[in-house]
Amino acid sequence: MSRLGAFGAKLYRGEVGVDFVGRRKFWYLVSIAITILAFAAVLLRGLTMGVEFQGGAVFTTPETDKLSMSEAESIVEETTGHSPIVVALGGEGAMRIQVSGLDTDQSNASREALAEELEIPTDQLNAEVIGPSWGDQIANRAWQGLGIFMVLVVIYLAIAFEWRMAVAALIALIHDITITVGVYALVGFEVTPGTVIGLLTILGYSLYDTVVVFDGLKEQTKNYTRQTRFTYAELANRSLNGTLVRSINTSVVALLPVAALLFIGGGLLGGGMLNDIALSLFVGLTAGAYSSIVIATPLVADLKMREPEVKAQDRRVLSRRAKRAEAGQDEDDLDGEFTEDDARDGERAAEEEHEPADDAVEHEPEPAGAGAGAAAVRAPRRQPPARNRGRGRPSGKRR
Amino acid sequence: MATPKKGVRPSRKRGPSSRGAHGHPGRSLLFVLLAIVALTGGMFLSGHTTPRLGIDLAGGTSITLEARVDDGDESAINATNMNTAVNIIERRVNGLGVSEAEVQTQGDRNIIVNIPRGTDEQQARDQVGTTAQLGFRPVLTAVPAQALPEEEAPADGGESPAPEESPDASATDEPSEDAGEPTDDASAGDDAATDDAATDDATDDAQGMSTPGGATTANTASFTSFRADETDAPADDATDAPADEAPADDATEAPADEAPAEDGGEAAQAAADIQARLDALDCSTPEARLVADREAAAADEGDNIITCDTEGQWKYALGPVAVPGTDIQDASSVYDTQRGQGWIVQMEFTDGGSDRFADITEQLATQAQPQNQFAIVLDGEVVSAPSVSQRLGGGSAEISGSFTQESAEDLSNMLSYGALPLSFDEASVSTVSPTLGDEQLRAGLIAGAIGLGLVVLYMVVYYRGLALIALASLVVSSILTYTIMALLGPAMGFALNLPAVCGAIVAIGITADSFIVYFERIRDEVREGRTLRPAVERAWPRARRTILVSDFVSFLAAAVLFVVTVGKVQGFAFTLGLTTLLDVVVVFLFTKPLMTLLARRRFFSSGHPWSGLDPKRLGARPPLRRSRPAPVPSDPKEA
Repeated sequence: MSRLGAFGAKLYRGEVGVDFVGRRKFWYLVSIAITILAFAAVLLRGLTMGVEFQGGAVFTTPETDKLSMSEAESIVEETTGHSPIVVALGGEGAMRIQVSGLDTDQSNASREALAEELEIPTDQLNAEVIGPSWGDQIANRAWQGLGIFMVLVVIYLAIAFEWRMAVAALIALIHDITITVGVYALVGFEVTPGTVIGLLTILGYSLYDTVVVFDGLKEQTKNYTRQTRFTYAELANRSLNGTLVRSINTSVVALLPVAALLFIGGGLLGGGMLNDIALSLFVGLTAGAYSSIVIATPLVADLKMREPEVKAQDRRVLSRRAKRAEAGQDEDDLDGEFTEDDARDGERAAEEEHEPADDAVEHEPEPAGAGAGAAAVRAPRRQPPARNRGRGRPSGKRR
Repeated sequence: MATPKKGVRPSRKRGPSSRGAHGHPGRSLLFVLLAIVALTGGMFLSGHTTPRLGIDLAGGTSITLEARVDDGDESAINATNMNTAVNIIERRVNGLGVSEAEVQTQGDRNIIVNIPRGTDEQQARDQVGTTAQLGFRPVLTAVPAQALPEEEAPADGGESPAPEESPDASATDEPSEDAGEPTDDASAGDDAATDDAATDDATDDAQGMSTPGGATTANTASFTSFRADETDAPADDATDAPADEAPADDATEAPADEAPAEDGGEAAQAAADIQARLDALDCSTPEARLVADREAAAADEGDNIITCDTEGQWKYALGPVAVPGTDIQDASSVYDTQRGQGWIVQMEFTDGGSDRFADITEQLATQAQPQNQFAIVLDGEVVSAPSVSQRLGGGSAEISGSFTQESAEDLSNMLSYGALPLSFDEASVSTVSPTLGDEQLRAGLIAGAIGLGLVVLYMVVYYRGLALIALASLVVSSILTYTIMALLGPAMGFALNLPAVCGAIVAIGITADSFIVYFERIRDEVREGRTLRPAVERAWPRARRTILVSDFVSFLAAAVLFVVTVGKVQGFAFTLGLTTLLDVVVVFLFTKPLMTLLARRRFFSSGHPWSGLDPKRLGARPPLRRSRPAPVPSDPKEA
């Protein structure tokens, strides 16, 4: 942990970091490629729709030795004329028999036939009989829910943050859903109502991550116009790296229970609702973690940098940086001065909650020789804009 | 952002507010403790110590019906019609003797019928799946179901007693609905139908005929069954019945009816047959009635049937369906202020229906007491049997009697069901045997335990001592979720189904995410070089904001899902929404105060390597100008 913690600290201070924002074009390309792949997969391979979407029946037999899988298959085929998919569950003879394209009567007939063969009362045979229109209805509702949610969430985010972030979050969301659907098409997982549930839940989750990142971004760029040290893109990237550990942790922690569900649903129950929900959640959450880091924030930065105000400020930052560079050999020290100045500016002007007194009093024990000590020779302010005195500046323009 | 909770004022200003940020952690914790105690206590007091389980966990059958419009008019699928349908289906399912069957609408076009295990599933499905059959059948004979045997036998076996009996029948006919207000009917009959009185002298007591305001020829099929009338009714009926019967029932049914009156050989035989069946009919218990009703419902529309009324008070022999329920266009219950009849039920017929109705009422009106009744039969059960005193043409009719508001609404609901332009398809039927239910529940619980274990493990590895706080918070959250779910079962019919369990498990992640956000914030502050107590307080406003915003988004997703979607998605959305709300509560009232308290402990404040807050391990920025840690100066300032 100590190494992780130290790494987190470096990330936090911007001493190390991945230049997500600077290399956003690359990430965009990656995402576009994935999206195209997803679309192609859906168009070419199509989605494997479960019985719920075609009408049909799923029977789950209790553990039995009266009926073999092939017998079950032939029984169903005889009664309905459709060949079923029979899957063994566990080793005790329990199986799942799935037939699609049936109407309710056919399903009932095959169910009775199976129950008879199993020598159990009909209602001891687990059955899920689905009419052909049920799936459409679920799907329609899901689309409807998706639409309503997107509208609401964009409005909310536009209020809580700003419209650019709302747009970026929306794009990230669509991106996640596309990826999930694409994975389903590619791998050929079956789409069931459980999948749809999972997919809709991704909505909330994917945004959870995005919101965590945006919150950091908003805070980081609060004093953007009052400093001349970093361009918007740099700030965005720093905030991203600062919250990287957080978003990875939240994603991992969110994925763990889902993984447990997937494991149990797939292993113990041999599929079914738990598994379906968990699977689409798993895929979607992973995509969500990826997109909130790699898509959402760079998009915001992109949108922001089209703003005249931000453009002007970025120019100021760059020109000032250029001046600093010209200032000569001891620019490193000068740099420090500037940082200090910038930090003060920002602090005085905007950061009311900052207590100057803290500077003097808040200290930790001897740092010397501590693992992280090397990283912390100087002591910048804790104000975000000035926190790292450019040490982790990604663009390397400093010298 | 939500409103700040007590003791967690934003520490924008220095000094006093940062003291405020310390708040009264003890108080919040006490509050949470009290809430837990109260909820747990409530749970045990209410006797529902486990959440009600849904069909897929408890076993049983769940049927989803989808409304289909018959004539392509989509607007027929509306809340009123769906509720009518739910009422009817509920009535039928509960008629099965199922104690906990649930019928509810879902979305705007679905009805979910949940039938717990232990019920004959096939029978239930038959009941639910078949379209309700509503029809008007002429009454041939009516006998009290629990009357003394000696009375019954002569009454129906012999011809002349039959009419005598019928007055009784009509007298107590609809015990539930007609308490008996002779005055109403009498007056109604009088003012509206003077001419009827002339022709239908025999049934004058029964003539609730009236012309409702403005309607062209709205007529009345009135309930005539008042106890008060018993006395005069027999006399009238006795005289008239034989004369009128024959012409009246010349339809297919006629032989059976005529027989008693004419005592012809074969006819008498048929009548005796019916009588025998009627005698054999058992209407005494709900189960027996159910059998009778089902048998009656299975009969052809053209056949005679014998059946019971809703209350099991009367047994009826009924003729073939004279007017099918589909002929009813609309039915409503209104309070009649003009004639002081109290609650009445008005109905409108379709064009074809109004002709048929006029014809049959013309026949019936001339009959004597039992045979002038027109039984309204829903699924083989007589829900009402008003008598008719005149030809009712014009496409509308009203039923008067001594309805209460409720009984009038019930009847009009049932009538409207016949008029409902909807039929229902089984969209999905899922049957889960108790074994599979148990297994799924167990799998869900195991998955939850594993998920929780993994999350805690991850937290311990990454956050060490802080994981204690996370674990405690998760436990509090779980207790709250569990007790609330248990209490919501009886309170609002919440049933825990598999997707709901799934939602709860997934929610472990969401809840833990909030802690991570907060812990990471604290660590950031520690990295800034702060000591723990200020760090905890400074980190809070920012973490709080993030938590609120992201929880709001989660909640929004859950709410939209809950409102818009159908089927099992709702259960999932519900738990997700509930746990998200609880997450906010727990983080605000438990995690944060607990953190504040623990930050005072040496284990955490000294940055013990296992506390998860060791500044060195976190790579905290070393002090710049001091060589000594300065917890002392920082404390007075912050506290």
